[in-house]
This record gives sequence, structure tokens and C-alpha cells, in this order.
Amino acid sequence: MKLRWAELKTAVIKFPGTTCEVDVYKALLEAKVDAEIVRYKDFDPDKYEAVVLPGGFSFGDYLRAGSIAASTDTMKKVKEMASAGKNVIGICNGFQILVESGLLEGGLLPNLNLRFISKWVYLKVVRNDTVLTKGLDKTIIKMPIAHAEGRFYIDDIEKAKRLAVLLYSDEFGNVNEKANPNGALLNIASVANEEGNVIGMMPHPERASFKLTSPTGEIDGLLLFRGLSK
Amino acid sequence: MFYYVELIITNKEGVRDPEGETIQRYVVNRFTNEILETRAGKYLLFKVNAGNQQEAEGLVKKLAEEMRLYNPIIHKIEVKVGRTEDSSN
Repeated sequence: MKLRWAELKTAVIKFPGTTCEVDVYKALLEAKVDAEIVRYKDFDPDKYEAVVLPGGFSFGDYLRAGSIAASTDTMKKVKEMASAGKNVIGICNGFQILVESGLLEGGLLPNLNLRFISKWVYLKVVRNDTVLTKGLDKTIIKMPIAHAEGRFYIDDIEKAKRLAVLLYSDEFGNVNEKANPNGALLNIASVANEEGNVIGMMPHPERASFKLTSPTGEIDGLLLFRGLSK
Repeated sequence: MFYYVELIITNKEGVRDPEGETIQRYVVNRFTNEILETRAGKYLLFKVNAGNQQEAEGLVKKLAEEMRLYNPIIHKIEVKVGRTEDSSN
């Protein structure tokens, strides 16, 4: 039984320049997800049931945010896990790594206003078949974003509609230009693969997982992480 | 022989390039009306050991594609063999 637990662990992978691994780890524990932080070179895929790629600035964002981490052997292993049906979650820089490695389709371009944007946003949940959104009661959630390269783009609009999981919206769930912080196509803040086991998002659920650090007390991020323990 | 091979990565047509747009609006347009558009991108210069120009160019193209130096969904690339240098000199 003990061994089984060990097999079910979630790996929080730390690349050089990853900064959000402790926050993610603490939020996962809060969501009753057995997790541990692993250095990218020490990552053994057979030990884990799921992977979270936290935010930060892996490899200094050189070339493009996420692109160097994407070409590491670690990501080859993560790809194998994903194709075996295991859950892979990328947050912010982790999302950038997922698109750069081709695990998720599309790209994340510099924000249209060319600024680093850090603020709380409302998100409309448009897919309930992903590891994080299955069984989620709420349709509008609130979380912070903090990125300079979050303008999602894909050259196939129908595919974009199909893959989108979270859309930037206002507090009532209206998806419009005004609610779009970075110029993302169709206000897309998060996409998942067709199967729903690989999901990337620009917002930071780990920063919306504790009442104490949430300005209005929402812990919507924690509701997402609980998907990993279901 | 060594070849210097340049790899230029820019956004595809139709993908907005706010850096280029800003340079156009705040710098170029204040100077001239003859320059109609500015695109910003990434420039990488490789020193390549190869038998001939085509080989050097092919190697950099393969590198860009297989190691994803660009994201084909949003970027296009241009590979140019720049200066050459004879190693016997």
C-alpha cells in the first residue's frame, strides 16, 4: 500500500530559473495531492503519476520563454508520460514549455502591449473534460496572471475553440476585448489536448489557493488542483 | 571550411508583432514616410564546419526544425549563408 502511494505522487519539476515550485507544492498539499519537488535532471518518470511544470523564467527565458526547457531530455520523458495518459499540467512558464515542446498546440507570443502584466482576472470555464476542470461546479473563476508572453495564438480557429479550457472574461462571464489582458486569440487563457490529460494555463492557481493570500478570499485555484486528487 | 550561417526568426504574416509595430510608430514614422512596415525578430549566427554552402545551410535548417528554434505555428525562418572563411588561412 505504501508503494502504491509512492507511485501516485505528482512531480513538481524545477528547471534552473523556475520560481513558483514551492507555492505549487504547498497548494498541491493543501488540495490533498501527494507531491514533491524534483530537479529536472533527477526526474524519473516511472516514479510519478502526474507532472506539474510551475511558473518562473526557466533558463532565463533565453531565445523564447520556455524554449530551452522544451528541448531538455526531461521534457522527452514528460512527453512519454503524456502519451501514456498520465496528467501533465503547465502553469505560466510551464504552459510556455508545453507549447514550445509541442505537447500542446499553438504558441505564446509577447503581450500586445509589450508589458509584463500582473493582476487578478476572471476566467470562464468552457471545458469540463480536463484533469483540472472535471467536476468543477463553478463556471467563472478568479485567479492572478503574471506574464510578459501570454498571447495565445494558433493558426486554426476551429481547433482553438475546441482546445480552449479557460477564457479571460469579466465577472459575469462575458468574453470580450475589454477582458482580454494580452491580446490572446479568442481570449484564450488555457488550452488542453483533445484527451484532456495535458493542460496549460497562463493564470496561477497556486496563487489563488489560500484565503490568506487571496484579496477577496477566493480559493478557485485550489478547486482546480483538487482535480489531481480525484 | 567554416561557414557563417544566419538564422532569422520572425512572426508569420498575420501574427501581430507589437515590437515591430512600436518601432514603426515611434521611430520610423517620425523619420520617413517611405518605410511602410517594420518587423522585429530574432537573429542567430552560427559558425558551421561543413563541406560546402548547401551542407552548412541544410544543417542549420535541420537544427532549427528538429530542436524547435522556432515554433512553426507562429514563426517563419530565413536561413542565409553569410560570410565564409577558409580554415587554411
